[in-house]
Amino acid sequence: MKKNLSLIALALCLLWVVSTLVPRGNSGPFDLEGFGRLPVLAGGRIKPLDTIARTGLLMLQGRQRAVAPNGKEVTPEEWLLDVFFVPETADAYQVFRIDNSDVLSIFGLTRADGDGGVRFSYRQMQAGMDELDRQTHLAEPVENAERSAFQRAVVELRSHVEFYVRLKFGLQAPGIADLTAELSDTGRIRALHAAFESMDTFSSLRPIPPRKPSADPAGWQSVGRSLLGAASPSEVDPHVLVYAVLGKDWRELQPAAFNGALRSYRDELSLRFPEAARRSGIEAFFNQAEPFITSLFLYVVAFLLAAISWLAWPEPLGRAAFRVMGLAFLVATLGILARMWLEGRPPVTNLYSSALFIGWGSVALCLVLEQLHRNAVASAAGSMIGFGTLVIAHHLSLSGDTLEMMRAVLDSNFWLSTHVVTVTTGYASTFLAGFLAIIYILRGLLTRSLDRRTADALARMVYGIVCFATLFSFVGTMLGGIWADQSWGRFWGWDPKENGALLIVIWNAIILHCRWGGLVRQRGMMALAVFGNVVTAWSWFGTNMLGVGLHSYGFTSAAFYGLIVFVASQLAVIGLAVTPLAKWRSFRGVKA
Amino acid sequence: MSKGEAGRAMKQGQTSPGPGSGGPSFARSLVSVLASLQLTVALLALSLAMIFVATLDQVHLGVWGVQQKYFHSFFVMAKVPGTDFAVPVFPGGYLLGGALLLNLVTAHADRFRLSWKKSGIWLTHLGLILLLIGEGLSGLMQRDGQVRIDVGQTHRFVESFRESELAVADVTNPGYDDVVAIPVARLMGQDVIQHPKLPFTLKPLAYYPNATLRMRSQVTNAPPSMATMGDGTEMIAEPTPVTYKPDESNWPTGYVELAGPEGALGTWLVSEMLDQPQTFTYQGRTWQLALRARRDYLPFTLTLGKFTHDIYPGTDIPKNFASTVHLRSDDGRDDRTVQISMNNPLRYGGYAFYQAGYANNDHTSVLEAVRNPSWQIPYASCALISLGLVVQFGISLFGFFRKRGGAVPQPAPARPAPSSP
Repeated sequence: MKKNLSLIALALCLLWVVSTLVPRGNSGPFDLEGFGRLPVLAGGRIKPLDTIARTGLLMLQGRQRAVAPNGKEVTPEEWLLDVFFVPETADAYQVFRIDNSDVLSIFGLTRADGDGGVRFSYRQMQAGMDELDRQTHLAEPVENAERSAFQRAVVELRSHVEFYVRLKFGLQAPGIADLTAELSDTGRIRALHAAFESMDTFSSLRPIPPRKPSADPAGWQSVGRSLLGAASPSEVDPHVLVYAVLGKDWRELQPAAFNGALRSYRDELSLRFPEAARRSGIEAFFNQAEPFITSLFLYVVAFLLAAISWLAWPEPLGRAAFRVMGLAFLVATLGILARMWLEGRPPVTNLYSSALFIGWGSVALCLVLEQLHRNAVASAAGSMIGFGTLVIAHHLSLSGDTLEMMRAVLDSNFWLSTHVVTVTTGYASTFLAGFLAIIYILRGLLTRSLDRRTADALARMVYGIVCFATLFSFVGTMLGGIWADQSWGRFWGWDPKENGALLIVIWNAIILHCRWGGLVRQRGMMALAVFGNVVTAWSWFGTNMLGVGLHSYGFTSAAFYGLIVFVASQLAVIGLAVTPLAKWRSFRGVKA
Repeated sequence: MSKGEAGRAMKQGQTSPGPGSGGPSFARSLVSVLASLQLTVALLALSLAMIFVATLDQVHLGVWGVQQKYFHSFFVMAKVPGTDFAVPVFPGGYLLGGALLLNLVTAHADRFRLSWKKSGIWLTHLGLILLLIGEGLSGLMQRDGQVRIDVGQTHRFVESFRESELAVADVTNPGYDDVVAIPVARLMGQDVIQHPKLPFTLKPLAYYPNATLRMRSQVTNAPPSMATMGDGTEMIAEPTPVTYKPDESNWPTGYVELAGPEGALGTWLVSEMLDQPQTFTYQGRTWQLALRARRDYLPFTLTLGKFTHDIYPGTDIPKNFASTVHLRSDDGRDDRTVQISMNNPLRYGGYAFYQAGYANNDHTSVLEAVRNPSWQIPYASCALISLGLVVQFGISLFGFFRKRGGAVPQPAPARPAPSSP
């Protein structure tokens, strides 16, 4: 049993991973999964409706789970179908998250009115919409950095309401009960001209594929635009009719007809738009499998196994930790590869993917370190960073679709794959050195488990990783300079993000020179390495909060408090590191 | 490399005075301080603090203001509260960079020996020296400006972002203008300005780096204008503080008095805020007077053929900006069409032209023009440093694996590795 422990742990985790990959199928009679796979053009790229539903729910309420007004838990697709075709029901879903109590009083609501005290429905807010508009107009002229918490919450909620209202115009205008009936008569089509126009203006979805198959996404149209070009029933695009039929069947609870119409449309798509259909299908599967959530839980398991291994059964538990971390790494790798394939881009394109990649890079280094040292230290550090970065990534995903289009100046796969990947690897390794140092300090001070051999091994690891970090952060920073010289004419412009990267390089250089000069010994190097976490966190997130410079891509204030807490915790660990050696439980009575 | 070894090398430099000491012991100890690793660490730490504070200060000063205050200066100055008196409070970029340079060079002259084991450090430090020199040169020599061209127009000059000049042009001949450009530095002084091409002299009466112009008729109880001629007689100029915000502009403004041999011709208000030059006649010739962005004339012309601005379908996210430009050199050797787009500049005649922006509903393309003779230095230094780091850490890593490979631990790990395996 003890001998096979690591294999058993691995097998159990593997079983769970496989279970997340099995398509869940439809729980009811409607083919919701098939509906979720339908491709539409939104935000500049072809994506499945499933992505629209999930990112929409995440943005509005911070989670993908939705509860219907009748109390039944529904899939994101069911919510989206109600928004499109049964808006009067959709308006009663409690999917708007409001955390700020002052904002609640705009609508005369109390916490008791909301689902879990924080989620409210569109209908509950309807009476206060004019006041929300007024407050938004008051808040908008204030610069983002200077807005109060109330103003920020107002602006955010207003943008969520706008997103929701626009979504309602996506496939048919609210107020039209049965679009199929309206489209069967020339007079009625003409009478709805204004409604079609507002559908075209408000909706940001373009679900109607071009008449002639083409790879250029620009040919996809909004339902409104397509209908504005139809003067009589015979001129209505058949794809508009498909969505009209789906809407009618959803409203009238006709699963057989719904599934039939859906099936023939999907057959047609896979024949005429095989690429779009295949990509959407795979993206919907990727959304459902949620590889990064799976990976996140596996990192927790790996960390617990590694930490326990220092107290009991070091050999089998240490190996189990290593294997489970390896599995988590594998799942995250597949997730990152899937994103790269979907986007056709290198792994790091925005803040969200930088979080994924920093975790990935750190864990990759830890897998190597653990092979060399086999003391579960690298497994613990790796799973800690893997977990932390995935939590950060999850929070970053709340702002919308994470597969965004690249703005013109960033649209260069060559520089994204060289500069961005290298500098992010520099971040990852600086964090890793810092977390290894935290393990050294906490184990040495609070437990008796840090023997001389482990301490020396840790010191070697930290030193090696700092060297690695110096190399990558330096090369990455310089490549950034070269990109800047190529694209806007100066090698170095003292932009906040550039300065942040430079600070990491300087800090790593300080650690190395302190060590080479004998200015610090083991413990001092560990304290310096922990401060590397502060420098890196500031460079990664802090610089974005300044709101100046070419690299700033907007930010939320929640992250600011997160950063403060993180910096404070790191300073506390450094404070622990400088406690006199006599107080260190591991070194008591041992000459350090 | 081993820590003990480097530590010893440094201590030797510090403590052992070397043969023939005594008289030059002060010089000797000065050298060992200048070459010391302690100084390196202290300078790096000061740079770290300075860059951090400068980055925070960008919120108030903007990127350009911060560059002047922190990086392109010897000392960071701050005003004593309540006064206009500025005192140095922190070393600036030039001082820290220069000190690091000195520290590096002295360290190599004093305590580093050329050896294969140190080759990586030598390369890295050499590259770093080059990088610091290159940045210093860029700070001194780089000039940047912009070219704004409408579709179909031809231009042959670069306009400075921040510097101005007073242009006095004889426009009598319809075929060409004869322009005398006076740098604003002269307008800040008191001296009368003379030029062989000008039949009159100019006397600066006032100069404001930034001012707002208002019509006198719109201000109640407006004081009389200093200007007696031109558009300025109906306006008043109110000096305002210089702004560093990226989305705001400064409007340099001044008053000049023109005088011929027969006496004063009048006082003109000149300002960048005035769109059109002011015209007057003197001795039968027509003259124009304008305060404008400083122009650097090019030995070639650029003609904008087409400007395109692509977005992703269904969004307003920009996908690409591109200018199709016809380049024609004065000597006739170059006559070709080039495309300038994001991440794809035109390098020609010592300048690099970048697609920077657009205006007028995609009718005007804004190109940024940068002239930096030292632009290639960072490329060379980056290559050197990267190579140096790879070599140095490679040597360490190789040593580590070799040590692991030998199953028996080395008997005396502190001793330098033997020269033969």
